[in-house]
Amino acid sequence: MALYSRSGRPRPQSGGFELASWYFMRLSGVALFVLAFAHFSLEHFLFDPSQESATWIFNQRWNSLFWRSFDWLLLMMVVLHAFLGMRTVTMDYLKGGRRAVALTALYLVGAIVFVMGTIVVMSVPLTMPS
Amino acid sequence: MLLLRYRGSEGMLAWAFHRISGIAIWLFVLLHVLDIYLAGGNPNVYDDILKFYASTPGRILEILLGAALLYHGLNGIRILLMDFWPRLTAYHKQIWYANWVIFAAVGLPGAWLIIKPALGL
Repeated sequence: MALYSRSGRPRPQSGGFELASWYFMRLSGVALFVLAFAHFSLEHFLFDPSQESATWIFNQRWNSLFWRSFDWLLLMMVVLHAFLGMRTVTMDYLKGGRRAVALTALYLVGAIVFVMGTIVVMSVPLTMPS
Repeated sequence: MLLLRYRGSEGMLAWAFHRISGIAIWLFVLLHVLDIYLAGGNPNVYDDILKFYASTPGRILEILLGAALLYHGLNGIRILLMDFWPRLTAYHKQIWYANWVIFAAVGLPGAWLIIKPALGL
């Protein structure tokens, strides 16, 4: 297996967390190809932002366990994929103390985003039996 | 353009665009989780933000977001193909050009659907 890659990050030879996250980026990438494009098409092609008020979200869009679960799965995948990607970018440009500070901040923001998204998708009551 | 010559042509540009679009999507995810969180806690503020999303400048930004997503997704598939079938690396340029054909075929009608309401159509 060549170490040089014309594409993304070369497959880590070390194993452990680096190899696991390398595989996870590719697996979650495939999942996001489906989840993110379905979500974007729904919000921009099937519906239009002009009709997507908070009332619409809670009475229509999220008045369904399926779509809430779908959006939560998307949130989980996108947070892990985006923050692992930003970790790679950070490690490419920063070293030593700055890298440690930036990565800590990055993981903190990632955790906050995941918790905020989870709270809102799970806390708003269903208005009708779905 | 010295920037476009470093290391050279398609492979480097594919990588650079992937990184730039990835960071842009990450920034939008931060914004989007925040606005949906507001929809739960403070629906009026969310509805005001929504007015921007539905405005002409908002729609142009949504087209750019869609372009970033589409490029990142298609180039991501290109990366997967080459990672798991290394012999395809020999065709990395051709796959990149195929990406752009799909990008235009899907992206241009998509962009039209997004901007159409702003033109009163």
